Amino acid sequence: MAQQPIELILTRQWASYLVVPVWVMGENGHLVYYNEPAEAVLGRRFDEAGEMLAEELATIFQTTSEDGSRLDSESLPINIALLERRPAHLRLRIRGLDGEWRLVDASAFPIEGQGGRHLGAVAIFWEAEPGGVG
Amino acid sequence: MDITLWGTRGSLAAPGPETARYGGNTSCVEVRGADGQLLILDAGTGIRPLSATLDPALRRVDILLTHLHMDHIQGLGFFAGLYKPGLEVHVWGPPSTTLHLRDRLARYLSPPLFPVQMRDLPSRLTLHDVPLSDFEIEGMAVRASLVCHPGPTVGYRITENGMAVVYLPDHEPALGARKFPEDAAWTSGFALAEDADLLIHDAQYTPEEYAEHVGWGHSSLPDAVAFAEKVAAKKMVTFHHDPQHDDAILARMVEDARRAAKLPFTLVGGIEGATFAL
Ligand SMILES: [Zn+2]
Ligand SMILES: [Zn+2]
Repeated sequence: MAQQPIELILTRQWASYLVVPVWVMGENGHLVYYNEPAEAVLGRRFDEAGEMLAEELATIFQTTSEDGSRLDSESLPINIALLERRPAHLRLRIRGLDGEWRLVDASAFPIEGQGGRHLGAVAIFWEAEPGGVG
Repeated sequence: MDITLWGTRGSLAAPGPETARYGGNTSCVEVRGADGQLLILDAGTGIRPLSATLDPALRRVDILLTHLHMDHIQGLGFFAGLYKPGLEVHVWGPPSTTLHLRDRLARYLSPPLFPVQMRDLPSRLTLHDVPLSDFEIEGMAVRASLVCHPGPTVGYRITENGMAVVYLPDHEPALGARKFPEDAAWTSGFALAEDADLLIHDAQYTPEEYAEHVGWGHSSLPDAVAFAEKVAAKKMVTFHHDPQHDDAILARMVEDARRAAKLPFTLVGGIEGATFAL
């Protein structure tokens, strides 16, 4: 049975106590967890959605930039954190599993473990007020 | 593989008539390979009496530290092997996120906390940042992985001839869990301890005490038992006894756990001097 590294286990436990929506990606770009506040933004309970591959994600959660124009997946903060291993922030539109488009602010950072282990990334995001400060 | 418990106490040595049965020495476990290889798990005060049994012909000894809390390293400076000219002593342990094991240990093995400097020891001492993966020591398969305890802390799994002993003396897998145990994938230490033939696990607290010490890095005995059941261990030994717990309390805790449910494994109280053959 595969077990998540302790850094991800603790991240998930911490996220489960926060009211800020948090989304946790594993090293291979699997979405391994999102917390209850994130369920409201994404439109589906994690228990129903389950773990997902990065490619599946791109087809399920559609995203555009703030003005509705096309957004490359490499520009998403979570992908920058995962692939370029640096923090990133962006205001974007996301269509959740309930089909609703939402304007969200997203910030992401990589999870770098000791011993040079790249373990994944965390994104926090919340619904933005149109026209508010990003 | 033969395993001997030289110290089963946690946090602080607790000698005295009230703890004579379970013992007062802090964490130290001897693992002997089939070819006489000597692996020592942690260097608590139990390593001093172990020292007295060293074979004069011994060429190499490996000390595997889970972490650098004082109860796990306090005996290191009193390990007789360090003062034997020519003896190869390998110490393995986790680096921190910024310091190598050598720099971390030197904070203790140097004045004013200790009179001798590491570089002045006559043995051939080598310090290793423990790999967070599978490796081998003298033909014995060793795995270390980080587990839930404050500060960088690993547990060890040592396998020989298909039999595995798993050592998790300081471990709080229930930390933050809404309901323990959760899914195996989200349980600290699961992969390390899965199907262990002998699981030596933190069981410091009663459930009432644990409620007052959440986040301190230790387990209640019922949580340790639930973990052992989850990983399908064949035998579990209670370890890291609270210094406040005398022999009567420790015996009662084990009895209570045995009575609470029909356990699918053998539960043994961790008594100093106990030996196990795998
Ligand atoms: Zn300890
Ligand atoms: Zn500790």
